[in-house]
Amino acid sequence: MIKLPIQSRTLTLLAVIIPLLVLFIYVGLRSGPLAPIAVKTGILESRSITPGLFGIGTVEARYTYKIGPTFAGRVKHLDVDVGDQVKVGQLLGEMDPVDLEQKVRSQKAAFKRAKAALGEAQARQNFVKNQKHRYEQLFASRLTSEEIVTTKRQELQIAEAVLSVSQEELARIAADRDGMIAQLNNLRLIAPVDGVVVIRNAEPGNTIVAGQSVVEIIDPKSLWINAHFDQISALGLTSGLPVHIVLRSRSGQILDGRVLRVELKADAVTEEMLAKVVFDITPQPLPPIGELAEVTVNLQALPATPVIPNAAIRHQDGKVGVWQIIDDELRFTTVNLGVSDLNGLVQVLDGLDVGDQVVIYSEKALTVHSPIHIVENIPGVPQ
Amino acid sequence: MISLAGRDIMHAWGKFVFTGVGLGLLIGVTLSMAGIYRGMIDDAKVLLDNSSADLWVVQKDTLGPYAESSSIYQDTWRSIRVMPGVARVSNVTYLTMQVRKGERDVRAMITGITAGGAGTPGWPPYLVAGRQITRGHYEAVVDIASGFRLGDRLQIRRNHYTVVGLTRRMVSSGGEPMVFIPLKDAQEAQFLKDNDAILQQRRRSAANPTFNKPASPGLLDAFIASQNSNVNVNALLVKIKIGHSADDVAASIRRWKRLTVYTRSEMEEILVGKLIATSSKQIGMFLVILSIVSAAIVAFIIYTLTLGKIREIAVLKLIGTRNRTIAAMILQQAIALGVIGFVVGKITATLFMAPIFPKHVLLEPLDSIFGFAAVVLICVLSSIIAIRAALKIDPAEAIG
Repeated sequence: MIKLPIQSRTLTLLAVIIPLLVLFIYVGLRSGPLAPIAVKTGILESRSITPGLFGIGTVEARYTYKIGPTFAGRVKHLDVDVGDQVKVGQLLGEMDPVDLEQKVRSQKAAFKRAKAALGEAQARQNFVKNQKHRYEQLFASRLTSEEIVTTKRQELQIAEAVLSVSQEELARIAADRDGMIAQLNNLRLIAPVDGVVVIRNAEPGNTIVAGQSVVEIIDPKSLWINAHFDQISALGLTSGLPVHIVLRSRSGQILDGRVLRVELKADAVTEEMLAKVVFDITPQPLPPIGELAEVTVNLQALPATPVIPNAAIRHQDGKVGVWQIIDDELRFTTVNLGVSDLNGLVQVLDGLDVGDQVVIYSEKALTVHSPIHIVENIPGVPQ
Repeated sequence: MISLAGRDIMHAWGKFVFTGVGLGLLIGVTLSMAGIYRGMIDDAKVLLDNSSADLWVVQKDTLGPYAESSSIYQDTWRSIRVMPGVARVSNVTYLTMQVRKGERDVRAMITGITAGGAGTPGWPPYLVAGRQITRGHYEAVVDIASGFRLGDRLQIRRNHYTVVGLTRRMVSSGGEPMVFIPLKDAQEAQFLKDNDAILQQRRRSAANPTFNKPASPGLLDAFIASQNSNVNVNALLVKIKIGHSADDVAASIRRWKRLTVYTRSEMEEILVGKLIATSSKQIGMFLVILSIVSAAIVAFIIYTLTLGKIREIAVLKLIGTRNRTIAAMILQQAIALGVIGFVVGKITATLFMAPIFPKHVLLEPLDSIFGFAAVVLICVLSSIIAIRAALKIDPAEAIG
């Protein structure tokens, strides 16, 4: 019993020292480079995948009508505003004719004058014609001289020429008048189709150059999406495929549509393919032109093949493969991959079989000699 | 043979162990400091590892893309791809900025990665959860250090991104977590100004009579459109074919394409030697100061412990104990103190200190071994003063 105090002291000391040593050894082996790497594995399974393509685009109108005058002028009045529905043939506004109306009036007066001149020429010709007839009869009876008859014949020719001049002058002035009226009518801005006004570029009093648009009209039924797909992931993009469209302003809402056509010209600078996507049902209210839209194209479902998540794919020395676990040992198996879907599943064409165990996630980059321990979830990943 | 040191320690072991623990905390801080230094270098190296590139092609005469800004046209890759010895090329952009999620924002390095699937240079080489990016826009793979979860919606500039995958230890050389997003989005993020700035820019352009001539109505629109596009990337990551030397390929790109090219070792030199040089020197200084302070404290402790035993040592001398035995006792005690200190220090540094540091703390086994040797050496050296003091003790003090 005498040794008890020392023994208890030794015991307490041991009780402190031993856990400390155990902790030390644990720390030495379980952290740092010697620690086994946590990995999460998966079993290769055979599954059918539906590849998809993802692109973005902007809402555009298939037909945009830019209405403006054909020559420079000033806007007199504009009756429509953005958002107004217009009918084909409707008067949208008018350019200021300045002196065009007066010119038309002048042409009309000139027309009347020419018509009067024509009447005069006609009367003259009639009279000369009768005179000539009369003198010819008198000459036949030898009651007048041949010289007078000849003079009358010449007078008739002159009168006929004057009549012809007057007729042509009337036609010229009529054409001039019609041209002026056509110009006057051309100052009226008329809607070529049924549609909606989207832009009003000018206000009454503004001066517009020839060709500049005053209003723009679109046909709301012709809205489509000009979508871009990265060339590297656009395999299988063809017209007619069904798509899901998400507009940036309505992110919770998935709209259905289809690929109308894939453009034959791709964008060489951005390395993208362009496609036009139309809505099955035009959304109401209309999405604004230029709104961003996400387009997901669903391709055909493929027959079941072994698939792996894309997180399992690794590159070693320029080879594509996966870390396979065989008898608790790591082995890098090169694989031949097929198509993938948007959920990250990739077809394995060869290299692995259904039922093989592969590493999907790992805490660190792996090597053949890495010590590993298989876990449900990699530590530190928020659940 | 009775161990004098052992006996003495057993006599007042509580005090001894507590002193050891105190010393251990100090050693723990020193080890952590070394770990921070290693962590900084490791951050720089993982950045290079994760990009899985053999060569970095950057703007001529810049130290890009990590240490300096660099900008090259996005289609330059085509001319690099056809150079002999080049296996793969991909564009990459890097931009450090705040990433918002709701009210919170995190400083992160946005990495724009070329479309093409896992294994393309620049892509995260491994994940810890989720999947790699499959869509060409609005998906993100983030590092878990950012605190984001799978399915979170992040905001970068004005676009929202869904977190589809998580990585681990994918950080910039400054230790900021990386956020991988598709290249086209990243180019936009790098370039895109806020809406106010864009509106002001438009207004300025409209006010400039050169671009807003009444006679050519389309000019202003064309000019504004040209201001709103970005066709640049920061660098090209090049993988070379097996059997080609990185230096040769780099030399031929430098010569014929007139771009600056860095190999892996040159890049490491830039990151470690230039980018983190000052901060690593700073940490190095701290390490030296802490080591000196630790040595001083160990010396004080041993000296005080020895002075507390003046009477006992005098008695030992009186009964004819040899000086060597007394010196050995003090030395053994000093070493024992050092060992306890080291063990406690290693445990606290690994289990308690390293995880709470915001930056990566890398405790390398070799550093620990060096640390242990240093601790023992410091203990031996600092016990010399105490031994000298003990040997000077007059045996008569045992009675007086």
